Amino acid sequence: MSLHQRARILLSLLMVSSVVVSMSACVDDPDSGRADGDTIKVGVLHSLSGTMAISEVTVRDSELLAIEQVNAAGGVLGKKLEPVVEDGASDWPTFAEKAQKLISEDRVATTFGGWTSASRKAMLPVFERNKQLLWYPVQYEGLESSPYIFYTGATTNQQIVPALDYLKEKGKKTIFLVGSDYVFPRTANKIIKAYAGANGMRVIGEEYTPLGNTEYSTIVNKLGQAKPDIVFNTLNGDSNVAFFKQLRSAGFTADTMPTVSVSVAEEEVAGIGPANVAGHLVAWNYYQTTPGATNDAFVTAYRAKYGADKVTSDPMEAGYNAVKLWAAAANKAGSVEVDAVKKAAAGISLDLPEGKVTIDGENQHVYKTARIGVIQPDGQIKEVWNSGQPIKPDPYLKSYPWAAGLA
Amino acid sequence: MAPAGLAVSAVLLLVVAPLVLSPFRLDLLAKYLCYAIVAVGIALAWGRGGMLTLGQGVFFGLGGYAMGMHLKLAEAGPGKLPDFMSWSGVESLPLLWKPFANPVFTLVMVVLLPVVVAVLLGSLVFRQRVRGAYFAVLSQALAAAFVILLVGQQGLTGGTNGLTNIQHFFGLDLYDDADRRLLYLIVALVLGLAYLGVRQLAASRYGQLLVAIRDGEDRVRFLGYDPALVKTVAFAVSAALAGVAGALFVPVVGLLTPANLGVVASLELLIGVAIGGRYSLAGAVGGALLFNYAKTVFSEELPDSWLYVQGALFVVVMVWAPRGIAGLAGQLRDRWARRGPLRPVSYPAGADRPQEVST
Amino acid sequence: MGALNQLVIGASIGAVLLLAALGLTFTFGQMGVINMAHGEFIMAGAYTAYVLQPLAGGQAVLAALPVAFVVAGLLGLVLERVLIRRFYGRPLDTLLLTFGVSLILQQLARDIFGAPNVQVRAPGWLTGGVDLGGLRIPYNRIFILVLAVGCVVGISWYLARLKQGRRMRAVMQNRQLAAVSGVATERVDQLTFFVGSGLAGLAGVALTLIGPVGPTLGSAYIVDAFLVVVAGGLGQLRGAVIAAFTLGVLNSFVEFWTANGASFAKVVVFAVVIGFLQVRPQGMFVLRSRALS
Repeated sequence: MSLHQRARILLSLLMVSSVVVSMSACVDDPDSGRADGDTIKVGVLHSLSGTMAISEVTVRDSELLAIEQVNAAGGVLGKKLEPVVEDGASDWPTFAEKAQKLISEDRVATTFGGWTSASRKAMLPVFERNKQLLWYPVQYEGLESSPYIFYTGATTNQQIVPALDYLKEKGKKTIFLVGSDYVFPRTANKIIKAYAGANGMRVIGEEYTPLGNTEYSTIVNKLGQAKPDIVFNTLNGDSNVAFFKQLRSAGFTADTMPTVSVSVAEEEVAGIGPANVAGHLVAWNYYQTTPGATNDAFVTAYRAKYGADKVTSDPMEAGYNAVKLWAAAANKAGSVEVDAVKKAAAGISLDLPEGKVTIDGENQHVYKTARIGVIQPDGQIKEVWNSGQPIKPDPYLKSYPWAAGLA
Repeated sequence: MAPAGLAVSAVLLLVVAPLVLSPFRLDLLAKYLCYAIVAVGIALAWGRGGMLTLGQGVFFGLGGYAMGMHLKLAEAGPGKLPDFMSWSGVESLPLLWKPFANPVFTLVMVVLLPVVVAVLLGSLVFRQRVRGAYFAVLSQALAAAFVILLVGQQGLTGGTNGLTNIQHFFGLDLYDDADRRLLYLIVALVLGLAYLGVRQLAASRYGQLLVAIRDGEDRVRFLGYDPALVKTVAFAVSAALAGVAGALFVPVVGLLTPANLGVVASLELLIGVAIGGRYSLAGAVGGALLFNYAKTVFSEELPDSWLYVQGALFVVVMVWAPRGIAGLAGQLRDRWARRGPLRPVSYPAGADRPQEVST
Repeated sequence: MGALNQLVIGASIGAVLLLAALGLTFTFGQMGVINMAHGEFIMAGAYTAYVLQPLAGGQAVLAALPVAFVVAGLLGLVLERVLIRRFYGRPLDTLLLTFGVSLILQQLARDIFGAPNVQVRAPGWLTGGVDLGGLRIPYNRIFILVLAVGCVVGISWYLARLKQGRRMRAVMQNRQLAAVSGVATERVDQLTFFVGSGLAGLAGVALTLIGPVGPTLGSAYIVDAFLVVVAGGLGQLRGAVIAAFTLGVLNSFVEFWTANGASFAKVVVFAVVIGFLQVRPQGMFVLRSRALS
């Protein structure tokens, strides 16, 4: 064997052993409790890189703000919270890996994280296997109720169903569905079709585009030919920018081709350009303009920490709420143990930026007020309708006869 | 690797690692080992055969989805549907899924599916003498198309979510640490077998022919050999290894999504090999472990700058160490032997020169 | 009516593809460099328009055209001088190298401009469109089409009539022969890379009219752009033009006549290109050469 080959082998062996040896330095310590020491660690797990970073970074920021505020108000059980921030990198297996790392190595008391349904589905088995808690802050497609997840975003009966009620009230008869090709739009559209069938409305078109798609001329052409009363838009992220720019440049405005969107918030409006999307409808549970002293304080604090030009949006608020709700539950339970927190969380009710928020102990979702808004030329969203009171979460739509057979 | 080196590595991975690593870290190592199995195949196709395949994720995915389908069916129990189908409104089990209830069929498909696709693609493409950059771009397009296809068929494939929540693997309880350790050992053993098998292949007459084709395809053709056949075989072997790795990845990680086999994922499979040394099988294995470990560490410690580090890794390795870490010694020796002005890149005469674009 | 609409839409998709791919016919087609950072040069062009917005206001898109050409061109020149020139004859290594560069540029954009999309306002005279009996062609699509055609005409003229252009062709067709005939191949390489990257900058400015402006803008187009060049034939301007418009029209028709067509159309386009290359592995047009390989 030549010297050269020998060197190759030695170097290769060095690579293998360096990995094994340095990994063995990371030892988790199963004996230490999750609230031992002077601080309580909590996990914050969002995509800080990749395609989802655009949305998730702002949720991380608002969660960190909430943690700061909880600490300023005395912390949890008299201890300061110490956030451990991890990057899910817009990659679902990475979310699962980092969730496991937060649980077994950082030994966090709870974790706030996720945005896409895919990231939640990836993390769910990890939290169930370890019997630890995840707080998930984004509106989603429902049909799920894990005992180890608290859902602080809207489920379908708090966002999509009220939006449909509103459209029905306005006399819209024909609906065209446009969505990104993944589980949320497909489930949402299934619900819309069931609702339409039972309420004298008609779905006259259904189109899906790959995530990140930026070419919408054909769909705009189809819309122009179908002439629906309303376009129900479940596109995600970047695609909204392309869709609204191309809709506008094809000569359609909110008057001639009205749309209602469930994934376009203040943050996205800024990227699309308010001029391109003004007058269109959105459905959420919170807007930056939602009235109330609690929201004023939230917006002021957020801008003071991150910059006066920043906007606040529904998912950011839901992430902020998640931290506040967990802290309240832990303080009430007098412990950060999962079972104690779950038990204490049931029925907890706080005054939060969107109004009064109560945790439903049965399915671990929260009561939320549905709000329909119109996008303004200045990029803000003005509320034009709300449900009057917080709606009880019903992730499986059991209380709606027309939804039988959906789940 | 020489017997001594091989023995040390085997002891490290099979005995030391399971003893000293925490269950969480052992899981991570198992995942890296899956990538290392792919790396062995890439070292054969790219290092020895000069075929830069940017679509290795496709084969990884074919093997992975075959295994995932079986595990989801086993999970659901006879006559029941996997969880994601009920969310997607699928009423009865699609025809495509039915045979995957059979474990033997599944294991055969894990290898056969990638091999069939590789042979189909390879025999057409190599017969037409598509090579170099063309082949790279083509395989990349294949990966992009495959992902769109998987995402678009939500009822059949789980869409963007992929196949998640896999809890059992042929009787192993994936929620149990002892069983997971066993799974780790299986992965490590498969890697060892893959390494030994490919080493044997590369050392054979066939392996020499493959290298000869890389360095001078037309000359070999004039000698009366069929380069397309030789290249297709190497391509198929690398595809089979990627398929097996994908099948093991599913129980190790507990899920498989289209993002694991797209354009970027395929490139990441390559960079580990490039870092370790594409011309050395052992180097490719070491590089895959090192790269994926670095990815974990950096994204834990410096999530914001991981992309910089990853980008810089590509650049530094390509500029200063095109033969990878395993080839560093040889590179230094060559430089010393030449004693000329230092040039950033050096290849030994003939032997290691990759293929050029034909115009 | 629908069919005619789709033909026009197909042409406009083709124009976008062509703009994104034009620069590549230089760097990939003529020099054999697989530049994965080409997409990030497109992104740089788009951000140039964003940066110029406070100065040029509503006309930022117009003002940005020449600036973006120079900005992206210089980026390309630096990349060529610092890294790529060490890699001639190693196209596969260049691919991995430039992929690394593209990751760095993406993160750089994220750090400078932030992860969210930014807004570039279209000039007032580009809103609206021409109505042709039920068929409406937006002005911004016409603008992109005109820009793409203008670039093609300009390049053809440059390659055919100008001294530098002829040298570029000489180097492309036979590097060694050009070198011994007294052509300074290094200088030609630099110029080629500058022009090729500059064209990416133009494409970026045009894309601000129809799509999002963010750090991942370029990566959305890179695979498609490579396909156009490969299908057209390396270094073949007319091949790229035909390939871009064919793929654009194919895409728009498949999408229009299949339910839920957008995903399907993309898969069909990929499949067609892969199939086509089985029949004509060198693309539509082949540079004739007596070299064996």
